Amino acid sequence: MKLKTLLTASAIGALLMSQASAGTLVINSNQSDPAPKAAWGEIIADFEAANPDIEVRMNEYDHEGYKSAIRNWLVTSPPDIVFWFAGNRMKYFVDRGLLEPVTDVWSDNNMSANFRSTRASMTVDGEQYGVPATYYQWGIYYNADIFNELGLSEPQTWDEFMTVNQTLKDSGYTPITIGTKFLWTAAGWFDYLNLRTNGLDFHIDLMDGKIPYTDDRVRATFENWRQLIDGGYFLENHASYSWQEAQAPLLNGEAGMYLMGNFLTPSFPEGSNFDFFQFPQIDPNVGMYEDAPTDTVHIPARASNKEDAKRFLAYVAQTDVQTKLNLGLNQLPPNASAEAGDNTFLQQGLDMLSAADGTAQFYDRDTDPAMAAEGMKGFQEFMVNPDRLDAILTNLERVRQRVFR
Amino acid sequence: MQETSGQSRWHALTPWLFMLPAMLLFAVYVIIPIFQSIWISFFDWDGIGDKVFIGFGNYAELLEDPQFWTSLWNNVLWLIFYMLAVPIGLGVALFLNQQVLGIRAVKSLFFFPFVISQVIVGVVFSWFYDPSSGLLQDIIGVFGFEPLPILASESMATYGIIAAGLWPQIAYTMILYLTGLNNLSPDQIEAARMDGAHGWSMLWKVIIPQLRPATFIAVVVTVIGALRSFDLVATMTGGGPYGSTSVLAFFMYEQSIFSYRMGYGAAIATVLFLLMLLYIAFFLWRMLRAERG
Repeated sequence: MKLKTLLTASAIGALLMSQASAGTLVINSNQSDPAPKAAWGEIIADFEAANPDIEVRMNEYDHEGYKSAIRNWLVTSPPDIVFWFAGNRMKYFVDRGLLEPVTDVWSDNNMSANFRSTRASMTVDGEQYGVPATYYQWGIYYNADIFNELGLSEPQTWDEFMTVNQTLKDSGYTPITIGTKFLWTAAGWFDYLNLRTNGLDFHIDLMDGKIPYTDDRVRATFENWRQLIDGGYFLENHASYSWQEAQAPLLNGEAGMYLMGNFLTPSFPEGSNFDFFQFPQIDPNVGMYEDAPTDTVHIPARASNKEDAKRFLAYVAQTDVQTKLNLGLNQLPPNASAEAGDNTFLQQGLDMLSAADGTAQFYDRDTDPAMAAEGMKGFQEFMVNPDRLDAILTNLERVRQRVFR
Repeated sequence: MQETSGQSRWHALTPWLFMLPAMLLFAVYVIIPIFQSIWISFFDWDGIGDKVFIGFGNYAELLEDPQFWTSLWNNVLWLIFYMLAVPIGLGVALFLNQQVLGIRAVKSLFFFPFVISQVIVGVVFSWFYDPSSGLLQDIIGVFGFEPLPILASESMATYGIIAAGLWPQIAYTMILYLTGLNNLSPDQIEAARMDGAHGWSMLWKVIIPQLRPATFIAVVVTVIGALRSFDLVATMTGGGPYGSTSVLAFFMYEQSIFSYRMGYGAAIATVLFLLMLLYIAFFLWRMLRAERG
């Protein structure tokens, strides 16, 4: 019944599409927040001006709804361009034959040189499957007024970081704000602690389900985390707050630091004194790896207008377009020749990521969705009840064995 | 002769013709999906890839999944404490059932929470409970208590959500009882009064038995409301902290929509369906018995 409806719908859709002139390019976008919407609107207007034979039809979806809706279009009647995420999220669709390889777009436009940092996350079995449009850094944003008042400087090692935490706490501040109500903020801490404790290769193996969660090296990560919990450095009752609600203590001057993505920075009021530092080093023998989630554009395997779609992908990859787009998004251009916006956070992020030994996407983009859901619950539970670590890891290991069998 | 039989055939057919559109829609949107859902529960399926038949594998996994047992237990808590809506709704209805100037306005105010969407109720109560700026904290602060992070505590959060759910549910049962109270037979009350009944004995022996139909509906809608509780859990805690407030309906949604496990989600749906079926069968059986006398 359902299949029949879907087939009819897609047949009608295909009919409509073939009726439209060959120059119509249908784009489904999840960039519906005001700033991204405006930034992409400009890019698309420019693209239409540069390619008068192509008419773009843009469909916008809210960010969360998009994640489940895309699964329906990709198997039925997809648009010509979809927005998505690099790494494992992309690979999931590639493995099911739902995305078109665009290796020719990469080679024709000399992209391998300009997109060296994100190339691996766009490649499956030697073929590229999309074009990175934008990415952003993660790191610790802090209230520089409080740091100055207490004579603190940006910590570079774990010991310095612990001293900063203790000083803030002794002076009556909440050292670290966090809101774990929607779980993923805790995953940011796990990512960084694990990357700094065990390195990127180990992290990716863990994300791919090749290493048990009960492994001693995973426990070492949690032991470092536990130092922060036992010190009482995290915001109290953090499970009550969303990430937006947890900004309040930082902006009010009650909390010192916040591990977050660069999308936090528009919240800083005009004239306030906030700054950024890289997540401190834990083990000097481990490289400095970063989380840098990348947003991408792809062509579905069943798209009807692949020719124009490839022109659009090539356009998005252009250096000047990457500069303009990311100025509007307040994020970083994956194209190394493009320029980042002229604000301290973007510049520091750019420097940090260009010097990074390697990047991960983010916990819930790097591992299987079912594993991510359970994993993030476990991280939140650990942050509230660190004594339950054994039970949490045993449960995660059970989930890992099921998900990656 | 022939004409009459043709007419009687028409008579027999007419109700079916009238019911046909509804039956068709009911079959397409309710009956068939139930069987589809049960069928899917025997597969390992991510929604877009290949379906792999695994028999009762999903059900076997449910048995050892701690999240399933937490959700099931929370549904039991919902069933028990949501029932409070029935006596409280009766109490409010009795209180409001008087002839005073402006009582209609008061009644509509009491009915108000049932009119607003569950999602709004959830948001309102999340703010009410908010440990840093919520009204509740101001109230208990007057008595010198520390802020209570109700929704962040695994031991309190479920009760906090049920309390939020009771607010509209009480309004619902209240309305049911108010209409019931309008239909009381004045003769019986008069007769009871002549026989010297008042106060509690009047309530227990004369009023409440007459409210039986209202009680029946109130219990049914409350049980169903408890079993399908979802909106409040989704808006207030998202099942958290760490899954401790999840209920079966939310667990199913989370597994199928966020973890892309359609087969497992369908298995949870089937369990929920069986629970409801069990309860409905029990109720129908009791109702039929009562009707036969």
